[in-house]
Amino acid sequence: MLTEFGKALIFIILGLVFVAGGLLVAKILRPHNPTAEKTLPYECGEDPIGPQWMRFNIRFYVVALIFILFDVELVLLFPWALVYSKLGMFAYVAGALFIVILFLADFYLWAKGDLEWIRPEPNVPRLDQLVDHMPLRVKGATPPAASPVATSE
Amino acid sequence: MNQLLTDTLHTAPIMGTIVLALVVILINAMKKDSLALEYWVSLIGIAANIGLAVWAFPLRGSAFAGTVMTGGFASLTAAVFLVAAGLTIILSRAYIEKIGVNFGEFFHLILMGAAGMMTFAAGTDLVVTFVGLELMSICLYALAGISRRVHKSNEAALKYFLLGAFASGFFLYGIALIYGMTGTTNILGIAQNIAAYKSEPLFLVGAGLLLVGFAFKIGAVPFHMWVPDVYEGSPTVVSAFMSTGAKAAAFAALLLVFTATFDFIHSSMNTVLSVLAVASMLVGNIVAISQTNVKRMLAYSSIGHAGYMLIGITAGGDVSMAGVLFYLISYMFTNLGAFGVASIIENAEQQGTDLENFRGLYYRRPLLAVLMGVFMFSLVGIPPLAGFFGKYYIFVAAIENGYTWLTIVGVITSMISVYYYLRVVVLMFFQAPEEAEAPQVTSGGTIALLVSAFGILLVGLFPSIVLGWMGGLF
Amino acid sequence: MIPVHYYLILSAVMFITGVVGVLTRRNAIIIFMCIELMLNSVNLTFVAFSSYLGNEAGQMFVFFVMAVAAAEAAVGLAIVIALFRNKQTVNINEVNILKW
Repeated sequence: MLTEFGKALIFIILGLVFVAGGLLVAKILRPHNPTAEKTLPYECGEDPIGPQWMRFNIRFYVVALIFILFDVELVLLFPWALVYSKLGMFAYVAGALFIVILFLADFYLWAKGDLEWIRPEPNVPRLDQLVDHMPLRVKGATPPAASPVATSE
Repeated sequence: MNQLLTDTLHTAPIMGTIVLALVVILINAMKKDSLALEYWVSLIGIAANIGLAVWAFPLRGSAFAGTVMTGGFASLTAAVFLVAAGLTIILSRAYIEKIGVNFGEFFHLILMGAAGMMTFAAGTDLVVTFVGLELMSICLYALAGISRRVHKSNEAALKYFLLGAFASGFFLYGIALIYGMTGTTNILGIAQNIAAYKSEPLFLVGAGLLLVGFAFKIGAVPFHMWVPDVYEGSPTVVSAFMSTGAKAAAFAALLLVFTATFDFIHSSMNTVLSVLAVASMLVGNIVAISQTNVKRMLAYSSIGHAGYMLIGITAGGDVSMAGVLFYLISYMFTNLGAFGVASIIENAEQQGTDLENFRGLYYRRPLLAVLMGVFMFSLVGIPPLAGFFGKYYIFVAAIENGYTWLTIVGVITSMISVYYYLRVVVLMFFQAPEEAEAPQVTSGGTIALLVSAFGILLVGLFPSIVLGWMGGLF
Repeated sequence: MIPVHYYLILSAVMFITGVVGVLTRRNAIIIFMCIELMLNSVNLTFVAFSSYLGNEAGQMFVFFVMAVAAAEAAVGLAIVIALFRNKQTVNINEVNILKW
């Protein structure tokens, strides 16, 4: 006689056995011959550049926040949709008010320019900037090789 | 449909404030450099909403299927929060002009915070109480960190946010357990069958967790760690709004949820409440002595005042609840004024709010010093001022209900508090002035401070009128 | 049918895990995740009671908790970002200008 939890336990055990068994069999069968190239992280055949933990552009963060807000606030519309037919006009007006307020928030974001996806300005080095920045240059700054472009401006 | 219209009308102060906040943020979105417009729209709108609150005062009852209280208690507290929001907005204009950005958002957040406070204090369903609490708290988190390039402000916002959200977790778990025992989240529904649950352990655990959430919000010891840090780090005007509005809202909701309906008088919860009260009075008033920063001193003093108000909540009964409400009103005017003076000094002298900055203020700015003196005397509780009657009513009610020992602790800690409040007064009036220029006081700031001082005097001279509003509220 | 107290024990364990995490962890983001865990354990409690009592109020409460938690997350993460831009750290032990 199995309880509900007994079934779940059997399911979990079977799952573990399948995964562990598969890995074990593969481990036994496959040849093991690592070289330096094989252990590198794969980046389309190129040598990897820089650390793997890169920073994302801050604009992704703003868009993600806005998305989360509008996404989750919509959860309140599901129960509303369920009782809508029973409550009639009351529910219609209440839901409409909710959506209007959400729209106002959207309008605010739009008017403030938080929804703009600003393209980064191409950073063309100019001679005066290069001269200005020379004494302050630190390790890793732009090499002065780009100066022909600057003089052409 | 008619039902919706009636309910909306009866909760007019809340609805009106939300609409006002939306209008302000829309103006901000559509028009550049609209500080003056937003400022005046906010102030006129707040005045109109206070009018709505007065209009709704006789409409005792509930709206939206018994989830929100209307009239009476709700209107009174709504008016208190609106006055606090209005005075904060007047005081904050100089500050906002100094930091130079986010005007509309600042006013919007203050107004939305006020709407949250009203909802928090008027909710008779724990869902509404919770949503109001969060609306208030989220606005205050953002306000605490609004000067986002200042390290102190960042730190205050982070601490307030993490501890506030932590407290919300306890609050919610308490609600969940109470819901599980009673099958409803409506506090009137819970109150009807209170006798059946009163000794259920799960219900008591739920009520205890709810109390932990409330204690965090009112800043009672031992849940007070965030108070001094947040009040010191936030912009001073925001601290003023937090220490008055948020505290008053939490106390009003505590009154509604615990005293008015749960009826825990003479049960185990009262011991807990009295321990919180004693600890808050002692810790708040004793630690305040060693503070050298006025904002931090006021933060500890606000912990102490939370202790006095908790005496009233412990004692229970109509008289002490009216006393707590009275205390809230007098404390609102007093603390707004005190923080207002601090913010003006901070803005004008580009310095901190250390005690040293108050030295000899009387010789530089007599009016400011006199007003600060009034606020300090009211915080101490000197007779003609409002602070005295707040303490008086609470202590009398406590003695009548057999909590004499709490009153004794209250009186002793009040005497301790005289030392640090009067130190400010002594510094301002009897110490040689430093070589510093007179603080630039904007006319708006002066008006807000005068209104606060006038409110203190009025409430202090005619306490029976204010108490008359509270007659039969419970 | 799994009895209701199993759910309650699970949610209590989740809640306590969250509380312990908040009290012991030092990374602001992880503390915030622990708070979210607390809120979700509350949601589980609500749903369990709701199904046990045959009463929808608890489920409705869960929707509100979710919506409010999202708003709180947005503001909280913005505060953390503002802090990080100023101090280059989210470790709360290094956030210590304000004390006593």
